[in-house]
Amino acid sequence: MIIDGAGRLAKGPALLLILGAALVVSVVSVTNGAYPLTAADILGVLIGDLNDEVARMVLFDVRLPRLILGFLVGAVLAVCGAILQGLFRNPLADPGLIGVSAGASLAAIAVIVLGGTWLGGWLDLAGAWALPIAAFVGGSGTVFLAWRIASRAGHTSVATLLLAGIAINAIAGAGTGLLTFYSSDEELRSLTFWTMGSLGHAAWDDVAMAAPWLLLSLCAAPFLARPLDAFLLGEQVVGHLGYNTDWTKRAAILIAGLGVGAAVAVSGLIGFVGLVVPHLVRHTLGAGHRVVIPASALAGGTLLVGADCLARIVVAPAELPIGLMMALIGGPFFLLLLLRTRIA
Amino acid sequence: MLLHVDGLGIHLAGKPIVRDLGFQLDAGELLVVLGPNGAGKSTLLKGLAGEHRIASGQISFAGCTLQHWPKREIAKRRAVMPQRVEVNFPLTVEEIVRLGRPAEPLSQSMPVLLELMDLLDIAHLRYRLAPGLSGGEQQRVQLARVLAQVWDAQGPVLLLLDECTSALDPAHQQQVFSLLRGLAKQRGFAVLAVAHDLNLAARFADRLLLLHRGQCYISGQPFEVLSETVLAAVYGLSARILKLEEGYPLVVPRDNGPVPAYSSLSPSNTAPVNPSCRQAS
Repeated sequence: MIIDGAGRLAKGPALLLILGAALVVSVVSVTNGAYPLTAADILGVLIGDLNDEVARMVLFDVRLPRLILGFLVGAVLAVCGAILQGLFRNPLADPGLIGVSAGASLAAIAVIVLGGTWLGGWLDLAGAWALPIAAFVGGSGTVFLAWRIASRAGHTSVATLLLAGIAINAIAGAGTGLLTFYSSDEELRSLTFWTMGSLGHAAWDDVAMAAPWLLLSLCAAPFLARPLDAFLLGEQVVGHLGYNTDWTKRAAILIAGLGVGAAVAVSGLIGFVGLVVPHLVRHTLGAGHRVVIPASALAGGTLLVGADCLARIVVAPAELPIGLMMALIGGPFFLLLLLRTRIA
Repeated sequence: MLLHVDGLGIHLAGKPIVRDLGFQLDAGELLVVLGPNGAGKSTLLKGLAGEHRIASGQISFAGCTLQHWPKREIAKRRAVMPQRVEVNFPLTVEEIVRLGRPAEPLSQSMPVLLELMDLLDIAHLRYRLAPGLSGGEQQRVQLARVLAQVWDAQGPVLLLLDECTSALDPAHQQQVFSLLRGLAKQRGFAVLAVAHDLNLAARFADRLLLLHRGQCYISGQPFEVLSETVLAAVYGLSARILKLEEGYPLVVPRDNGPVPAYSSLSPSNTAPVNPSCRQAS
């Protein structure tokens, strides 16, 4: 059975289908680029038959870290989007909504613009990792702040969290604008590049730094599936069904804060994955989180790797920022979907 | 006694909403809580559902204080239907009913789901998405979900239902209440239902509890509670009470003469509240 009673794709075949797409996209991503590799080259390098040092270096030091990071970041953005949409009971919620992206970008841009002056000591201390660490701390710090504001006497108000997130977004946005205003031309360039997102500098260092957090949030997410299902019926129902409502909220915010914070830290701002992927998954496979979370992870990773691939190909040998690419693919696609469901 | 409420007080934003309320509910009993808007019915129900902190008094369920029950354990014995549940996500009817039994594999819960969808007349909507259903259909779906939670529970079961038939047509209202009464009588469920329909309450309830400004105004069997003086005092409603040969009262509101001009509308009735619950015996 490929289609179930509700006219949706059956879960098992659908997950296999996305997994297949993920594999295809991964191979395409690894073979394409400034130095073309064939699938045979890769196989040769992997099993040690091919003694091509350049191919080996390109595969292991450039393509693979980029593929892994891209897939993890896409998966985490999509899963965190799904979690927050469930928590806020709003299909339009986005990881940016609780302030994580705004906080991360403010911190990163502060490092870029003020690195030569106030934050010089931080640059000396953290070296090449100054930017990602600042972004991670900025991102999870803002989530923590929003969460503290929304919590009182052991209870967290989801509505207040949303409003606090909006206010923090505005404040961080103003800070970012101010820094942009004072930045030099050169700083402005790297700043713009960062706000449009990129996997272009992905190296094993980045993977090593971000992967633990990304994997932690990916592995923890499925444990929230059942209480999040109950959240779809309202916060009170979560308690009626025997789950600990406050524990669920805290875990969801922690997972999203760490995951998105780490993702933004290594790849800059990449929008749309967190919004579009869970939406698509829900409408093809249903809204139960036991399916939405793994399917979003696979589809989000696939989509980001695919977009990254295109970003490298369309203006080769240069690259488009991946955030830009995502918006270029995702925007029209989402509109098409809206038009189709409106007519149907 | 399955549910024992004693001296219960619940405050919302510092204001007392339920005050010094005491009553009992036994297994196999259907208790309908009545009262004007804002009398504290939903707050009482939420207090019993563990959603509100209790300011004073105590609630004990199956011999143990409510707060001492582990969340997971009590969820196997107590199911709650809130006044409103809004579903914004594309969940099918079957998926929503299944949320009442989250821990069980689908193959195992399927017989219960099918039986409940059949009983609540939503079997034909099984694969429809909930956001597209009518208000009454959604209410029946939620009720099926709530019943699924405790359908084959071992031991005492408490159902807390807040206006669970408010959006239903008359036939479905009767159907749901006779189902609830059947569950009480045959399975020994203790059912506490908040309702507004006096005649529905009179027809099906074992006992009525009439709330007025957070306190029990009177409680007892339908004939004892639904009297002309009580309805006038609590609701400001002028009505005749007919005794039907089926054995339950029928409340027929009186024509209060010409509709008053807006300027002469007076503030709602200011009937004195009896601080101690009038227990009709």
